[in-house]
Amino acid sequence: MDKIRESILTTSRASKLERRGKIISLTCLGGICLVVVAIFGFIAYRGLMTFTSDHVSIIKFLTGTEWNPSVSKNGAPLVGALPMIAGSFLITILATVLAIPFAIGTALMMTDITPKTGTRILQPVLELLVGIPSVVYGFIGLTVVVPAIRTVFGGSGFGILSGTFVLFVMVLPTITSMTVDSLSSVPKDYRSASLALGATRWQTIYKVVLRSATPGILTAIVFGMARAFGEALAVQMVVGNATLMPYSLVAPASTLTSVLTTGIGNTVMGTVQNDALWSLALILLLMSLAFNLAIHLIARRGAMKR
Amino acid sequence: METKDRYILQFNSDQEIALETKQLKIFYGDYEAISAADLQIPRFKITALIGASGSGKSTFLRSLNRMNDGIANVQGQIWYRDLDLNTKQIDVYAMRRQIGMVFQRPNPFPKSIYENITFALERHGITDKKQLKERVETALKQAALWDEVKDKLNKSALALSGGQAQRLCIARAIALQPDILLLDEPASALDPISTAQLEETLINLKEHYTIVIVTHNLPQAARISDYTAHFSQGTVIEFNDTKDMFTQPKVALTNEYISGDFG
Amino acid sequence: MNAKRNDKIATGLLYTIAGIVILILVLLLGFIIIRGLPQLSWSFLTSPSKAFSSGGGIGIQLFNSLYLLILTMLISLPIALGASIYLNEYAKPGMITNAVRTMIEILSSLPSVVVGLFGFLLFVVQLNLSFSILSGALALTVFNLPLLTRSIEGSLKAISNDQRNGGLALGISKWETVTKIILPAAVPSIVSGVILSAGRVFGEAAALIYTAGQSAPALNFANWNPFNIDSPINPMRPAETLAVHIWKINSEGIMPDATAVSAGSAAVLIIVVLLFNLLARWLGRALYKCLTAA
Repeated sequence: MDKIRESILTTSRASKLERRGKIISLTCLGGICLVVVAIFGFIAYRGLMTFTSDHVSIIKFLTGTEWNPSVSKNGAPLVGALPMIAGSFLITILATVLAIPFAIGTALMMTDITPKTGTRILQPVLELLVGIPSVVYGFIGLTVVVPAIRTVFGGSGFGILSGTFVLFVMVLPTITSMTVDSLSSVPKDYRSASLALGATRWQTIYKVVLRSATPGILTAIVFGMARAFGEALAVQMVVGNATLMPYSLVAPASTLTSVLTTGIGNTVMGTVQNDALWSLALILLLMSLAFNLAIHLIARRGAMKR
Repeated sequence: METKDRYILQFNSDQEIALETKQLKIFYGDYEAISAADLQIPRFKITALIGASGSGKSTFLRSLNRMNDGIANVQGQIWYRDLDLNTKQIDVYAMRRQIGMVFQRPNPFPKSIYENITFALERHGITDKKQLKERVETALKQAALWDEVKDKLNKSALALSGGQAQRLCIARAIALQPDILLLDEPASALDPISTAQLEETLINLKEHYTIVIVTHNLPQAARISDYTAHFSQGTVIEFNDTKDMFTQPKVALTNEYISGDFG
Repeated sequence: MNAKRNDKIATGLLYTIAGIVILILVLLLGFIIIRGLPQLSWSFLTSPSKAFSSGGGIGIQLFNSLYLLILTMLISLPIALGASIYLNEYAKPGMITNAVRTMIEILSSLPSVVVGLFGFLLFVVQLNLSFSILSGALALTVFNLPLLTRSIEGSLKAISNDQRNGGLALGISKWETVTKIILPAAVPSIVSGVILSAGRVFGEAAALIYTAGQSAPALNFANWNPFNIDSPINPMRPAETLAVHIWKINSEGIMPDATAVSAGSAAVLIIVVLLFNLLARWLGRALYKCLTAA
């Protein structure tokens, strides 16, 4: 019998290795997917308890302005999450709006104005800003920003405004570096064509470069918002943690994440107080999903235009 | 001159056939890259595949040892030692040990010259140190590289020149002592001197190996090959003895192609 | 001319903006260095912390951070390697692969506090691991996996397909081609990615406060039996890390020299992250040179 023929017809060591390797690597990937499913499963299960076993209405939870889970009123605990929801959105939007001009300006420096020196100096600056841990931002906020605001506006200094300044610095590098990516993906021809038509550099940037990079910049902004919305400790350290509807930018307020970080350890599992916190976590999770969805939609619309 | 649409040489029974395709069709999605190619590859000869860019010759070559698995959809039969290679029962890894391939761009592994050759040998169960050493030396000699690298076998293969790296890739393939060697434009990235060295190497190799080579370089096909197949738009339109084909092409398109009117 | 004037104004504005961004970083680093560096001393780095009186150090927290980092990397690296190999080498484009990629994207964008809460529910409560280094390492693994997977996938993608063909054409399985040729060739950039992710893990606190816990019981550095409660390498003991320590002493406000200790700890955190950054660059380059050297 032909030995070579036989070898070709029997399962080789390589085939066995291949099958094993494929199974091993697929298991790893499957494990990660399982974790994602588990996160959603666990937090949804816990988070829905407030509505299923504690009989709080979802509408009241989302629109109620009083957060005092240990007190009951009309047979249902006082768990109005609107103060935290409003706080989270307010801080996120303010910080992002503040960061956008800085991010786009810095990105333009790196792509169009002084690409060489700009990148050489600003790239490491951004990397360092990203690398600074959030507790360090929180600590600096606590020892620098809060006293500064206290001096200027009076009061305690804790509040939405302090949180805004801290988050502004934290989302700035995220938005900037993604904006750089989208600006540099605008073809060079567009720029040279516009300049050749006699447009100034600013006209080229404003009318050509920024226009064609818009989907990418929007994605960058949404990413920044997602980071701001989910940031916990840095915000918690400077926001004041008062579960009241925000009525002033310089008065203590709270966000979803700040209430979660302070509350989970101080409540007992299975109680209404604890369940309500898990519902906040669920909102956080769903918002993170919403930001992802927004990014996908922007990417799809951007792709359709081309 | 009398011309035909197609001419395929049929071998007599005294010529041993190493590989034969029957009704081979290759699709990339809906696009048919090869339509019904029938070709016999004679043993211990050099067969050149020529044709214009996009004629399907490289696709055809890559399908012979199933390098197109997962990339293209290959239908039809590839006969080797009375086995149809294009079937599920074939162990592709064991098969590729017998039907090796060398590519257009030299692709030595980022390892030492010695390890570049022993790597595959070890994977195929040859682990005896002495035997490995012998195989390395034989392969490098056959690939005409031994004299240039024998003092730096432990140096990185990435430091070799393009021509040396390509001959290392050939050495790496023949160290496995395969039946058939498939070469996909092996000289297209090389300078003329390296190309000449490579051609000489190939001519010496056909004593032990069946060689199929895809080339864009017609003089090269004429210089080194025994048989030539001309691919045009996904089919073999002429297959003949190389001398005959280059002196008296039987198909008009071949005549145009080799005289430079086309492609 | 109007257009020319606008151009000048806009350019000036952009320079100002970039200047402000640089200034922010300089002020941040300057603050940490001026306030933090004077705190650093050998005894500060090695002695245990004091909760109610001043003069405490960060020795145990520093050790906890490093130990947790190593454990996290030991768990997450193999999983990320496997997952990225599957994604880059085996996964066929299609609905399922897209869904998997989206899932990894979602995981990477989850707030770390959510990851921490999940870790609390699953590891601390459900699996009964209590507040421990192990719970913390598992939570950090969840936090680290998506980024590490993406970074390794990028490193693998950067290796030319010629190498894959080279291995396959010699009758070597794809698995061995990838693990023995592609992976070693990608090591320089994988190492850079791993070290950068280590920097993130080192500074993470939100995922840890409810998994690794907020207490740092005294350790006996002479006892290396992992089953003893005061052994430094016991994975079942609660372990407050440096980042958590900064958060804790600032939100509790009972330590008299909290600001000084925080400044010192923040300086250590930043220095370590900076070192990781430099190391990532240097090691990546050095390994690359080593690999391609003649």
